[in-house]
Amino acid sequence: MIKFEDVGKKYPNGYEGLKHINLEIEQGEFVAIIGLSGAGKSTLIRTINRMHDVTSGSLTVDGTDVMSLSGRSLRRFRRKIGMIFQSFNLITRTTVIKNVLTAFVPDMPWHRSLFGIYNENEKMKALEALDKVGILEKAFVRADQLSGGQQQRVALARTLAQNPQIILADEPVAALDPVTANQVMDDFKRINQDMKISILINIHHVDLALKYCTRVIGIRAGEIVYDGPSDKVDKEILDKIYMGGQEEEV
Amino acid sequence: MTQTGGLTVALSQIVIQLLEGLGVSVQIFAITLLFSLPLGLVIAFGRMSKNGTISGLTKVYISIMRGTPLMLQLFVVYYGPYYLFNLKLNPTYRNSAVYIGFIINYAAYFAEIYRSGIQSMPVGQYEAADILGYSRAQTFFRIILPQVIKRILPSVTNEVITLVKDTSLAFSISVMEMFTKAKALSSSQTSMTPLIVAGVFYYVFNFIVALIMDKAEKKLDYYK
Repeated sequence: MIKFEDVGKKYPNGYEGLKHINLEIEQGEFVAIIGLSGAGKSTLIRTINRMHDVTSGSLTVDGTDVMSLSGRSLRRFRRKIGMIFQSFNLITRTTVIKNVLTAFVPDMPWHRSLFGIYNENEKMKALEALDKVGILEKAFVRADQLSGGQQQRVALARTLAQNPQIILADEPVAALDPVTANQVMDDFKRINQDMKISILINIHHVDLALKYCTRVIGIRAGEIVYDGPSDKVDKEILDKIYMGGQEEEV
Repeated sequence: MTQTGGLTVALSQIVIQLLEGLGVSVQIFAITLLFSLPLGLVIAFGRMSKNGTISGLTKVYISIMRGTPLMLQLFVVYYGPYYLFNLKLNPTYRNSAVYIGFIINYAAYFAEIYRSGIQSMPVGQYEAADILGYSRAQTFFRIILPQVIKRILPSVTNEVITLVKDTSLAFSISVMEMFTKAKALSSSQTSMTPLIVAGVFYYVFNFIVALIMDKAEKKLDYYK
């Protein structure tokens, strides 16, 4: 369970990225976070694996206080949380399978990690992960030869290989065309249902958010303005999330 | 003794003497690379350090190494201990002086090449390593460095080829490498031949270096 209690994030220049965030996300939920660019979606998601620090309140994941972690304990904590990026962040000049195998490096003894020597078990797990996202046949192709959608699936396979309990996805389909975006969202949904992995996804496409996710969190200027089931989201709520900020300024 | 016979003998002597010199040149080349490549990486880290003193000092160091002639640097390393500190060193110090001079000079150039490569890596690569739970060392050696090496190889090749030719600067402190021998033979025989033969040797040396680096580049660029 991910639990935010009155969490705030203030940047050194005084700008408040997050204000009074209170949230509870149970294991196995599929949550969309929507809002305007700059509203704090990315910041919110990135506090969970401590890519960003919070400056007030408390944030716990399965009872672990995220802000108390550092060094080795933080690295071990991050092994449980996968993350997917808009720009995939693969090693493009190497093969798909080698990209997936990079997920095992932190758990390997130093002499194997130094030279990148992977054992049979790791190779099988990497191939299984690729099979789960339906691109097993691309295992020995160079990553930069793949389409955007396929590269995002490699990133997903890499995340699955680390066997996470939670997957955070930061605009995973923003760089993809609508058909591919739907395919990648299908992958997320399948992973969520089959493997009971919690998924938190930042997304600009409201239609995709409502179609795939069970819960929607609307965020505006660093504050949660909606938190509820996706089938309850109507025009009024969307206006509150997307238009409110502009109205106040006018 | 016929004219042609004399020439053949002279030529074979030139080749033998120059090959001896070439051995010394290759030694300077190999030792310089062996030490300056890793040292360059350390200096690159210093240059990128968040500690202002360290980054400032390495910046000055690189600036001096790049801003003054290598020949002058060799003089400073070789004569410096005597002129500055009145230390009388063994004549064999000549060879060490060449190695030291070349290593500290080339390390500065390599440092800047490493830095350009490391700083060109997108921040996403570090983020991906972070979320996979990589330590800083794992991130650098498993994710960043292999990609950096592929990117910087053409620039490194340039420097390595320059190094082959720069070994002739050891002439300035009378180390018996190929150019020093060629110059001596040319004077004693009042002939251009030793210099031309040396030129051919340098060219072949670089031709082989370029060939090897090209192979390395292709090998690292697999699956393309």
